[in-house]
Amino acid sequence: MPTPAIETKELTKHYGDLVAVDHISFEVRTGEVFALLGPNGAGKTTTIRMLTGLTRPTAGDARVLGFDLRRDLPRIKKHIGVVPERSNLYDELSAFDNLVFAMQLYGVPRRERGARADELLRRFRLEGKRDVPFARLSRGMRRALTLAAALVHRPRLLFLDEPTVGLDVVSAHGLRALIERLRGEGVTIFLTTHYLEEAERLADRVALLVQGHIVALDTVEGLKARVRRGSTVEVHLVGAAGEERLCFHGEDTEAALRLALAHAEAEGKQVVTINTLQPTLEEAFIELTGLSAEVMLAEKGSSNVA
Amino acid sequence: MWRDDLRGIFYIALKDMRAYYLKPPNISWGILFPGALILAFAIRTPGDLRVLAPGLVTMTALFSATSMEAIVITFERRTGALERLMLAPITLPAMLAGKVLGGILFGLAISAVVLVGVTAGFGLAAWRLAPAFLALLLSTAAFSALGALVSVAVREVFEAQTLANLLRFPMIFLCGVFVPLSRLPAVLQVLARALPLTYAVEAVEAALLGTPGWPMAFDLAVLAGFTALLFALAAAILRRRLD
Repeated sequence: MPTPAIETKELTKHYGDLVAVDHISFEVRTGEVFALLGPNGAGKTTTIRMLTGLTRPTAGDARVLGFDLRRDLPRIKKHIGVVPERSNLYDELSAFDNLVFAMQLYGVPRRERGARADELLRRFRLEGKRDVPFARLSRGMRRALTLAAALVHRPRLLFLDEPTVGLDVVSAHGLRALIERLRGEGVTIFLTTHYLEEAERLADRVALLVQGHIVALDTVEGLKARVRRGSTVEVHLVGAAGEERLCFHGEDTEAALRLALAHAEAEGKQVVTINTLQPTLEEAFIELTGLSAEVMLAEKGSSNVA
Repeated sequence: MWRDDLRGIFYIALKDMRAYYLKPPNISWGILFPGALILAFAIRTPGDLRVLAPGLVTMTALFSATSMEAIVITFERRTGALERLMLAPITLPAMLAGKVLGGILFGLAISAVVLVGVTAGFGLAAWRLAPAFLALLLSTAAFSALGALVSVAVREVFEAQTLANLLRFPMIFLCGVFVPLSRLPAVLQVLARALPLTYAVEAVEAALLGTPGWPMAFDLAVLAGFTALLFALAAAILRRRLD
């Protein structure tokens, strides 16, 4: 079995009396997209900050790419890329120079820097902004360039902290497509988000983080299965009196279907379509965390998921 | 690891030079302000202007080494750019050393211009440039480390500027730039001995006007000690702030 990309044991962070992250233990498998989902203040960013060495854990242990977080941090940093929540490149430097500076810090050989920077600019559709200072790029472009800067040294593990916050629908969609492509290239991705749909769309597995605790960790389907109570079908009926859409709930799909057909026969209506309804991640989130989905969205504005 | 650190130090300093230091306002602030102060003093107190040369050179070093250094870390902490450096495969002291090196290089470049100017202008022997440059190297190191300490000690850029001026201006009047230390009251002489500018002025004065020897070597050693102490304090505070 390959070494997990991330392995934490009882990882904890206190800020004075505040417990930001409280004894969390989890594994991120090599090559997967792992999402840490939770509302603001849940401890998502603190978890990333600990795993990337920006802040030291108060207690607990972690291994990143097989290296001990406390002892081997410089080695870990060589193999990870990080996209913080805030796009934080240098305003005064051009898109090209920002990428070159990142490569200089990571020891990318001088002869490769120019070509690699141009390749990344093309990949992120920023080749036309090569010499434009970072400060003068649009928000979506700044986000894309920040992601490009995290990839200059071809990291094996990429941390993305709320990657699409503040982006318009088109930019967010483009960024998600890039994330999916990186997954296809074998990069392990650790993602934090408060967008349920984003986690559902991108993640292989999702951990629900609430007030510093992981309350559930599973695949999206696994989380949904935990809240599945019976089965629901939606039927579209047409009859002399008009048409209607109704939902029928049963112990399983067959039972729900029987109820729907019995209703159609009793009303003298014809069934046009039948859809089985799956529980959404939102329903799973609400049931497993005791929070409402609105809590997630209310704090940062509405979802930009396209 | 040390190779990564050395590379990081170099490129951070280079980036800071491009992004912050080599802007016209910084260059003019580094030269014009000390020049204006010295000129005002010379007009008010005519005499042998050569005695003001060490003060002018050292004050230029102080202002140019600390002008951006005292705010750059605060500024980058506010914009989040400092975190980008912290994510690179280098240690925190190396990152801070890169910042300090930027201040040293800029301070040294600006004060070297003034040094060459006063040496030529006052007809001083050219050999004096070498010991004076050495004195300026150690002085700018101490001043840049002081700037770094100021920069990590506060949260806002305007606080950094205020604190930097709070330290710089009393130093100018206490440390022998305009008035020799021996003419100050005893208590102020003791206070002056706790400030790096005093040793910088003494070292540059020995190099330009006196005889570079053991007293100057002592001043240089004290400046090296100030650099180490201020740097260690800045690194410790920054570590605590990031945690």
